[in-house]
Amino acid sequence: MPTDPSLASPEDVFTLRRRPPSEKLLDTGFRQLTLALASAVAFVLIGIFLTVFVEAREAIAQFGLTFLTTSDWDPGNETFGAWVAIYGTLVSSLLALVIAVPLGVGTAIFITEDIIPVQVRETIGLMVELLAALPSVVLGLWAIFVLEPAIRPVLNLLHHLLGWTPFFSTVPQGPGMAPAILILVVMVMPIITSISRDALNQVPIELRQGAYGVGTTRWGAIFSVILPAAVSAIVGGVMLSLGRAMGETMAVTMIIGNSLNFSLSLLAPGNTIASLLANQFGEADGIQISALMYAALILMILTFVVNVAAQWIVKRLSLRY
Amino acid sequence: MDQATCMSLENVSISYGKFEAVKGVYMQIPHGEVTAFIGPSGCGKSTVLRALNRMNDLIPGCSLKGRVVFDGHDLYDPRVDPVEVRRRIGMVFQKPNPFPKSIYENIAFGARINGYKGDMDELVERSLRKAAVWDECKDKLKESGLALSGGQQQRLCIARAIATEPEVILMDEPCSALDPISTLKIEETMHELKRSYTIVIVTHNMQQAVRVADNTAFFNAEAVEGGTGKVGYLVELNSTERIFNAPSQQSTQDYVSGRFG
Amino acid sequence: MANPAPKSISYANTDLFDRRPLFFDGTLKRNQLNLLLTGIAALFASIAVLPLFLVLGHVLVKGGSLFSWALLTELPPAPGLSGGGIGNAIFGTIVVTLIATLIAVPIGVGGGVFLCEYSRNGWFAQFVRFGNDVLAGVPSIIAGIFIYGLVVATKVFFDQSYSALAGGIALSVLMLPTVIKTTDEGLRLVPQELRWGAYGVGASKFVTVMRITLPAAFTPISTGIVLAVARAAGETAPLIFTALFSPYWPDGLFSPIASMSVLIYNFAIMPYEYQNALAWAASFVLVVMILGANLLSRWITRMAKT
Repeated sequence: MPTDPSLASPEDVFTLRRRPPSEKLLDTGFRQLTLALASAVAFVLIGIFLTVFVEAREAIAQFGLTFLTTSDWDPGNETFGAWVAIYGTLVSSLLALVIAVPLGVGTAIFITEDIIPVQVRETIGLMVELLAALPSVVLGLWAIFVLEPAIRPVLNLLHHLLGWTPFFSTVPQGPGMAPAILILVVMVMPIITSISRDALNQVPIELRQGAYGVGTTRWGAIFSVILPAAVSAIVGGVMLSLGRAMGETMAVTMIIGNSLNFSLSLLAPGNTIASLLANQFGEADGIQISALMYAALILMILTFVVNVAAQWIVKRLSLRY
Repeated sequence: MDQATCMSLENVSISYGKFEAVKGVYMQIPHGEVTAFIGPSGCGKSTVLRALNRMNDLIPGCSLKGRVVFDGHDLYDPRVDPVEVRRRIGMVFQKPNPFPKSIYENIAFGARINGYKGDMDELVERSLRKAAVWDECKDKLKESGLALSGGQQQRLCIARAIATEPEVILMDEPCSALDPISTLKIEETMHELKRSYTIVIVTHNMQQAVRVADNTAFFNAEAVEGGTGKVGYLVELNSTERIFNAPSQQSTQDYVSGRFG
Repeated sequence: MANPAPKSISYANTDLFDRRPLFFDGTLKRNQLNLLLTGIAALFASIAVLPLFLVLGHVLVKGGSLFSWALLTELPPAPGLSGGGIGNAIFGTIVVTLIATLIAVPIGVGGGVFLCEYSRNGWFAQFVRFGNDVLAGVPSIIAGIFIYGLVVATKVFFDQSYSALAGGIALSVLMLPTVIKTTDEGLRLVPQELRWGAYGVGASKFVTVMRITLPAAFTPISTGIVLAVARAAGETAPLIFTALFSPYWPDGLFSPIASMSVLIYNFAIMPYEYQNALAWAASFVLVVMILGANLLSRWITRMAKT
């Protein structure tokens, strides 16, 4: 407390009836302090954009928009094109979502719709949350030594059967796009599950009763009433996990192969912007740093757009009950 | 009561987990009439109502002992499909709960679920008319059901329930969230509906029971030894006139004359 | 005494609807579809929890087998040699995470207090909330290169480039959005009546926040902070260009420092079996710490409820 209680005389015990200036000062000061701390978010965000943008200017000036479409990344000759990494970022994250969305939403339905006893539901929910807590680098380690060797026979079979399509045209030889996509599935599926689970839990019980009351079956109620009511939050969560997948670095870097050559084949090594940064930033100098910053800028813009879209969807599509 | 019986309850007891909510209910619900359940809160009248179309199945831990006979079968026979039960015994809930769909779809959805083969536009209009909400809705059938006022939403929910042509309609305090004018309209709707349906309504409003019901069942609750709370039971079921003017039980007399509850 | 319902009474239009006996009919298409979809959902749920068991199983077996006192206390061997442990990396992870916590928690809690207590719906608060969500979505590698550009390349700390401090700052950038969000949301759960009660006896805003509101929101805020710390402890991408790595015991806050996550990354891609084994051992220690923190946060929540 700002004032000294010993000032209180027996006749006038409540010395603070009139607020002393020091207390008012403390109040204003505290407000200004929290305001300054809240502004830190804005400063950090603007700082990130500015740092990346300023460092990228040289490469932007030199390579312009062809940086986005050329795939020649050659530090020796100082020519840089990020197409391989951009393509890899988009393909790996989108294909990971194609697999993770049904798995995540299906799991969320299974643990919210009164199919199994409450204890089992909560246990599955806990396990999904713990999966989300595992560090990316540990999943990368697991992908290198366990996942990739384990799925190689399957990938060989895919090559054998579908090798005539460009997407499976190469012989799988260790790290590559396919295991990277699978490890991304492991990483984003828990996010989709948790967000979908929350969204489904928020669908009012009255709406469920209404659906069952007209005689729908369980899955009739789920598809025609419950999922539509939760769809905005689920789509928002899916977008959020898309942003996560695009920016995911360690696990992908460890298993994708970090190839600088373009290949349509999912069985061949690939690259993403994040893994390009992780791999090259440490040893880069000169224009290469600037080119990497340019790539980082692209990654930032991609994740920014996806995250803003996620927020917009949640706000715009949310239904009133 | 010499009418045909629509549903009959035989020694029905319902528990939530270990807590017994209602005990030993015997009751015959007459066909083609309105039966009201009244009683103080916590007497289990809503619980019994929800047991009539197995809505309690949706509440974890809820279990029922005894028999609920409808159309010659015990609804709680393990072979019975609750989905079939709910198609034939519709329900209107305490809180209006239209689906987040258009007004038209709110009606058509249930009908389609029930394999309706007739003209959908006609069914939508007829159901909305029967529920006395057609005039307010006819120009905005494509708009969301959530855009209507509370009273209109509730009548939309009644229309949704009658669109599937159930044999029985259960109403769980359908007017408790509504203003007096909407309440009056819904009561008029009920008078219309009882020509073709058996209606069971839970109400906390005794005047409403007098206005709409042919028969009234009075439930009460009492503490039991060794129990954790009060257990509901049926005191008596008789014609509304008898219940309100010459009940056979003293506790009914006390309740309807406002001496408690 | 059951009077069977008379069949003679007919209902309007019922012939237009499917009416079936009440008994469950397993041959109905809708019931078969129901069974199929429930089966698929169950299958998906089992696939969803499978990776946790597989990853934990391998980490326990491959990493746990190396667990010893030496592992926790000794330095890693030179590449290609065996023996030694990951003592410096464990210590380094604790140091870097501690630095990040000391930076992110005061800023985050303060910022959260501003958002909830001073400007719930002002334009600035809306803007900060939006920016906070955007910051939460910034890839962790970008936070790393940001701090690289800001601190490492400019050598602001005593002309040192890579440093433990730079690593801690990079991690704090990742923690900050979580701490702000949990504080903001935790404070919102505090009933308005509690604040009115404090104002009603003449307490100032500062006293109300420090003595009434923040303590009332202690559980959700501390849970969020524990989870944010656990997440930061496992982060690798922000550290590889900031804290770098060091095979030795740390030499102060202004020089490179080892961490378990960077050790796992470096040793996993080395062609030496013992280094790979150390990567698994570090994963074991890291996973035990992180899952422990997660269970701790759950325990905090449960204790607060009872």
